[in-house]
This record gives sequence, structure tokens and C-alpha cells, in this order.
Amino acid sequence: MSVVTFISHDGEKYETPLEEGVSLMQVAVDNMVPGIDGDCGGEAACGTCHVVVEDGWIDQVGRSGPVEEEMLAMNPEREPNSRLSCQMRLSDSLGGLVVRLPEFQL
Amino acid sequence: MTTLTTVTDAMTERAQSIVPMSMQIRGAHLYDRARRFVTRTNGQKIFVEKPIPPVEEVALVDIDLSNPFLYRQGKWQSYFERVRNEAPVHFQANSPFGPFWSVTRHADIIAVDKDHETFSAEPFIIIGEPPRFMDVAMFIAMDPPKHDRQRAAVQGVVAPKNLREMESLIRSRVQEVLDDLPIGEPFNWVDRVSIELTARMLATLLDFPYEQRRKLVEWSDLASSMEQANGGPSDNDEVFRGFVDAAQGLSALWRDKEARLAGGEEPGFDLITMLQRNEDTKDLIDRPMEFLGNLVLLIVGGNDTTRNSMSGGILAMNRFPDQFEKLKANPDLIPNAVSEIIRWQTPLAYMRRVAKKDTVLNGQFIRKGDKVVMWYASGNRDERVFDRPDDLIIDRSNARNHISFGFGVHRCMGNRLAEMQLKILWEELLPRFEKIEVVEEPEYVQSNFVRGISRLMVTLTPKTQA
Repeated sequence: MSVVTFISHDGEKYETPLEEGVSLMQVAVDNMVPGIDGDCGGEAACGTCHVVVEDGWIDQVGRSGPVEEEMLAMNPEREPNSRLSCQMRLSDSLGGLVVRLPEFQL
Repeated sequence: MTTLTTVTDAMTERAQSIVPMSMQIRGAHLYDRARRFVTRTNGQKIFVEKPIPPVEEVALVDIDLSNPFLYRQGKWQSYFERVRNEAPVHFQANSPFGPFWSVTRHADIIAVDKDHETFSAEPFIIIGEPPRFMDVAMFIAMDPPKHDRQRAAVQGVVAPKNLREMESLIRSRVQEVLDDLPIGEPFNWVDRVSIELTARMLATLLDFPYEQRRKLVEWSDLASSMEQANGGPSDNDEVFRGFVDAAQGLSALWRDKEARLAGGEEPGFDLITMLQRNEDTKDLIDRPMEFLGNLVLLIVGGNDTTRNSMSGGILAMNRFPDQFEKLKANPDLIPNAVSEIIRWQTPLAYMRRVAKKDTVLNGQFIRKGDKVVMWYASGNRDERVFDRPDDLIIDRSNARNHISFGFGVHRCMGNRLAEMQLKILWEELLPRFEKIEVVEEPEYVQSNFVRGISRLMVTLTPKTQA
């Protein structure tokens, strides 16, 4: 079975099963990964599911789109590979994906 | 140009920018007085409190959710429930603030809040408008890209690094305030705890003279209680005098910080220093209405909201005593309880938008130029999203989906600070007090915007040391 991995700010690893067609935020919430809030429920309207995609994966995952960017742009902690995980739909090709979690969601 | 002329130029500029700001406000005051005399409305209140009838006795089209007494009279729940179910996007054609749409369901509110291309936050986010020529500019009422630039300048004050530094300071202030409270005798929680703690926090965020911190509260209360803006009780003469005072006090603060920075002092992490060190806002003081607007925004933003969540939490735990028992038995629930309290209280009832083009929302045709009010207080009680929405349930699984902080580019920038303040308050309350009993019916603020508690008499029972 394919998995995705979240790495917390202090280095803790959380592996969850990859669910095809579901957003990465939803997978994190369903598996109780700490550090992903998802306050707006997946509307790219709160910025509380911020993740930073590991370098090797960014081309496959793609960079943030304009709507996501409106929320990310206000975040002082954002990095070039920052994404809102509610806007990342999972597919089998993303098996093994690794993302890092920021220290706080804003 | 010689150094000397640069210095004198700077001094002239400095002198001028203090004078015009208060002059400008005095001019607006004069205009407003003349208007009141000419229209013979001087001394007349726009809003006089009358008992609000039960919602069943009112025709749907006559329901006016802008009535500033709806919350105080405890009628808001039934009114919003009916509108949510019978006309979720509701039009009121003849309110004292003119015609406006009400958006009352959770999903519709998110749709409007997200869509700044269709729904503009300009020029004001309250249903009415401030007095003429007092139209201060604040980034909460600006659209991108101007909004983004001004907000970016101050966002750093609540960045994680700063929050970490503030945590122990907040905790020690909470401890000081709580250790000083009377035991076994009734006192006003709003004044002794909610106002006092938020005033201390604001003075810290602004690096404002600590002993004068209640001035910040006074200015904030005046700014958020203007009658023609949101049905508040403030008299316009008081408002203008308060604004002159605020303009002078805040300019003096700005100039003092500037001089200290120029004198080689280490830059602080306060809001003023941040504004002064940012390209887009370093000359903010030369744009008086923007200067005043943005500082007042930050003060109001950190004042009414947190204050009323601090009071509302105590009230809610008294209305639902089993939840207080649950929290005492399991303090790990504090973070979720904080979200639930913010949902239950919803300290700001709404934000207003104006349609920038014709559009359709949940089946209703909204015309370009129409006012659209997103009722957060209603979205937070939407039975489609929250089970038993009127109850406080501190372990509610979707408490975080509350809408009190707004969504989209205007989402509350102080949300994490607010949550941290409330979390620390409850962490410090639980080990100290066995009971926090509300002993009289609370008194509520007159406003359609601020859902405020003005008086909450409580009696404390300390925990017996085991």
C-alpha cells in the first residue's frame, strides 16, 4: 500500500496511507496528524493546512495556484515549496510523498 | 542639500503632520455639529430601545437584523434561526442603515468571504458608515493589492517567533491579574479580568506607556460604538474628542519610537517599530487618516474580540455547567474548548461587503453596489454544520470550523494570539478556582456589530488545597 509522510517541525515522522482522490489535508485530519488544522474545511480560505513539499517532489505535486497564493502570501513562514494541503489531490503517482509541517499554522 | 536643511525639513514635516491630523478631525467635528444643527437632529438618538417582538409575529420581509438591541434582548438566536431556514440570503429594504442583504448560512458566508473579486470590503466593513470626513482608512476595509501590502507590514507582530516570546509574558500577566481577584465576594469580571488583560496585551503589542493602557480601551470603545456605524451608544461629540485624543497620543508614540530608533536604540518587536521599518508603511504618519485607521484597527481588533471571548467563556461555562466539570476533569480539552468558546460567543457579529458586479448567491440576484452582510454569529449557529448549535460542547469535533475569524484574505491576523491568550487564561483559572459563579444576569452592549458583555458579576470559590 502507498503511503505519504508528514515530518513535524521537531522531526517527528507520521506515515499515513495514501487515499486516492482525497486531499492531503483530509488524509492528515482523518489520521489525526498533529499540526494540520484545516479550519475552513478545504476551501483554501484559512491557510491552516500549510505544508512544505520536499524538494524532490515539487515538480510532481506542482506549485501553489493563485487562490492558494492569496493565503500563503500573507504567511511570514512561507517557503518556495509551500502549499495548502487541501488543494493537493492525492493520486497513486504520489506514493511515498514527503511533506514538512511548519512550526505553527497561522 | 546640507545635513542642516535635511534636519530642519524633517522637523517641519514632523510638526506639520501632528497638527493636521487633529485639525482634520476637529474640522470633521465642526461639520458634523453644523449638520446636526441644520437638520435639527442635535441631541437626538437614532436608536431608542424598544422591546423586540417574538420572531413569529414579524413578516419575513420586515425582519431587520441590523437592530442594535437584538443581541441585548436575547432575540438574536430565534431571528437568525428563522432567516437561516426560510430566507438564508435575506433582503431588508428599509433599515436605518439603508437596504442590505444578510447572508446567514455557514457555506454561503465562506463563499462570499473568499470571493473578493465579487464582494469588496471597501469602503467600510460595518453596516453603516462613520461620520463624514472621519472616514479613516484601514486595511480590513481595503481590497487586494493595497490590503496585502499594508497587512504584510504588521503581520510579523504575530509571527510564531514573536508569539513564543510573548507566551511567558502573557502568562505572568494573567497570573498577576488572577492572583489579585477578590475571593468569595461578587465583582465585575469584565472590568477586572477581560478588559484589564486585553489592555495589558495591547499596551505590550504597541509598546504604549503601560500606565496609560486604559486609554487604548477608551479609544477602541469609542471607535467601535458609533451610532451611525453600527447602532452603538456613543455620542458623536464624544467620538470626535476621543479621536483627537487618540490621534495625538498615537502620533506622540510614533514620534517617540522614531526618535529612539534614530538614537540607536535596538528595534523592538512592537507594531509601531514594524510599521516604521517597512517600505510601504514607514511614512504612514504622513497619511493621517490611514495612520489613524490602521492603528485603530489593530487596537479594536485586539480589544473587543478577546475581551468578549474572555467574558463569554465564563458565561457559557455557567450556562452549561457540565462542560466546566468536563474541562476541570480533562484540562487537555482547553485548546478545543477555546475554539468552541470563540464559536459560541462570536465576538464580532459580521463583516460587510459591497457587490462589485451583479451576481447570484444561493438563488438570490444581488445587484452591483448592494451591501452584503456576512453574519458570522449566524453561520456559527448553522444547524447544517454544528450539531445542537446553541450548546457549548467543549469537545465538539468540528469546533475549529467556526467562522468567527472570517475566511479568505481578511482572515483575522491575530487569531493565534487570541487563542493563546484564552488558552493561558483557562490554564491558569482551572488550578485556582473550584467555582466561577455568575451571580446576576449579565448586561450587554448596544451594537449590531460587537457582541459584547458590559457587566458580568461573578463570585469565585478557590480550590481547596489537597
